[in-house]
Amino acid sequence: MDISTQHTDAAASPGAPGPAAHQRAARAVARPGDRIFIGLTRGSGILLLVIMAAIAVFLTYRACLAISDDHGNFLTTFEWNTGLTPPSFGIAVLVYGTVVSSVIAMAIAVPVAVAIALFLTHYAPRRLSGPIAYVIDLLAAVPSIVYGLWGALILVPHMNGLFGWLDKYLGWTGIFSWNGGAPRSMLTVGILLAIMILPIITNVSREVFRQVPRMHEEAALALGATRWEVIRMSVLPFGRSGVISASMLGLGRALGETMAVATVLSPTFEIKASLLDSGGGTFAQNIASKFSEATEFGRDALIASGLVLFVITLLVNGAARLIIARRKEYSGANA
Amino acid sequence: MSDKQRPSSLRGASLPRWTPWAIAAGSLAVAIVLGLAGGLHSRVQWGLIAAVLFVLGTYGVTARVEGRRQAKDRVVTSLVWVAFLIALVPLVSLVWVTVKRGVKVLDPYFLTHSMGVVADTEPGGGIYHAIIGSLEQVGLATLIGAPVGVLTAIYLVEYGRGALARSVTFFVDVMTGIPSIVAGLFILSLMLMTKTQPFGFAGSLALAILMMPVVVRSTEEMLKLVPNELREASLALGVPKWRTILKVVLPTSLGGITTGIVLAIARIAGETAPVLLLVFGNPFINTNPFEGAQSSLPLYIYQQYANSAGEGAAYDRAWAASLTLIAFVMILNLAARGIARWKAPKTGR
Repeated sequence: MDISTQHTDAAASPGAPGPAAHQRAARAVARPGDRIFIGLTRGSGILLLVIMAAIAVFLTYRACLAISDDHGNFLTTFEWNTGLTPPSFGIAVLVYGTVVSSVIAMAIAVPVAVAIALFLTHYAPRRLSGPIAYVIDLLAAVPSIVYGLWGALILVPHMNGLFGWLDKYLGWTGIFSWNGGAPRSMLTVGILLAIMILPIITNVSREVFRQVPRMHEEAALALGATRWEVIRMSVLPFGRSGVISASMLGLGRALGETMAVATVLSPTFEIKASLLDSGGGTFAQNIASKFSEATEFGRDALIASGLVLFVITLLVNGAARLIIARRKEYSGANA
Repeated sequence: MSDKQRPSSLRGASLPRWTPWAIAAGSLAVAIVLGLAGGLHSRVQWGLIAAVLFVLGTYGVTARVEGRRQAKDRVVTSLVWVAFLIALVPLVSLVWVTVKRGVKVLDPYFLTHSMGVVADTEPGGGIYHAIIGSLEQVGLATLIGAPVGVLTAIYLVEYGRGALARSVTFFVDVMTGIPSIVAGLFILSLMLMTKTQPFGFAGSLALAILMMPVVVRSTEEMLKLVPNELREASLALGVPKWRTILKVVLPTSLGGITTGIVLAIARIAGETAPVLLLVFGNPFINTNPFEGAQSSLPLYIYQQYANSAGEGAAYDRAWAASLTLIAFVMILNLAARGIARWKAPKTGR
């Protein structure tokens, strides 16, 4: 970091001639106060690293305790019986549920969020866009349990109409067939997650779109482009990596969301072919629902599933960071 | 473009400004007629038909008069508006429903009494114990998370160089994405090893883990805004670097740092999952966060909901507690923005 280099240089004694002497002088001015302060700040940086390492180590340790006693296959067993005498549990259903609900959420939320971000930066009247952006900011802070309550009360009954329609016209695909049960299914969960991650993706995308150089847009306008052509030719290419990383942030939230899923889904430990029939489960929801009646061994098994969730979110976040790092100057995703 | 028809004109034919409104009114009328004729009861279906008609109508009319490119532009404009309006529906509904249901039982009695001797099915009771638990857990989490976060940010901005700083930056980024339930499981694994029963401070530890990366990121941004000239002026006067940071850099960016911390508090105040695993819930008032199960607002909401089957006194209490929690989070947000505006750092540019 060049800032700090400058500082050390500035703090060096003025008479230092060459680079070597410079170095020595810079080290010489370190006072006890400085040393303590550096130690404190560096110590807390290291503490963060230690916490991350500890999370990985302890989760892995407890997970190994559970998995070594698992009589099913941890990856492919379709049940979660930790109380039986030969315990048998596997994460296949959870992987499926987590991935499917998050993919649905992303498929809905990303286009809408990008549209809203474009609306706020390029379409809305100036006077309107400020307050709206502010409100969306606030909505990003609404606790997930409240989204869950709202989903169970409002969203679930409203799904009946949509599910009936999907079943009638698209039921033949198998994915959209409906047995008429309560619409507490993967699709409902996906839609609720979409609503929840919408504010986050919108906020970050808006920041990215705001950073598009004015000159690019004016150049396109001067060539006679329509507003849509300006967006397609200058705004979207510029903001692409930012939007991708914003989506990854949203995906991370959707993967780890617990309470909203636990309140809306009626969980069963099976993979349903149809997205409309209630049932299925996600990692986080399974942990929250099974936790209270779990024995110590059952808790270890839940920790094992949590470890898998941890690894998945690490991969997603790592990918997002790589994309941002590739075009760092365009990124607004560092909030 | 319709240059062929009007070769002398620089601009092609254009529709009058009221066209979108006219098309909107027209498509709405047609949709209502279709809806009544087709026997569609749901207003949502009427709205959808109207929206589809509007988009098609806009494209048709504009393509005829102004050309295909303009037509595409107008269609995208209407799609963007539609996306915005559609997204507004659930968000407005959420706030509306919470307020409408929440005010039913939210009164001073509700705020100052616990659930101690009240069965879940009975009316009465309140959230006093949950508020105490929330305040203590979040407060302790802030006492741990905020200093560590700010110090780490200072390290990254003022001292950080080399592999250590790079890996801290990377892992702070990664840490931002840890699901709250995983942070809870981590503390849980520690508690399983030491055979500890649930207590409030365990929840604080998990919340602190969730808070640290958020504070680091926001503080970093704020420290970077402090103009270098200030640092250089102070160092040139012979002030040691640590005193420069404490007396010049931090006061300059104090407003922004406080804002970041308050926003982080608002975020962890609504976390349910780690509290569910670690603090367990308790209908009685327990003011000691270091021993015995406690409650907290989000956990209270979840447990009242789970015990209510979607109606009755417990359900009403869940909504009232939701309203309290949302109000708390919103107030924190507004306060943070107030601080940010009041103490905005002077960039000196």
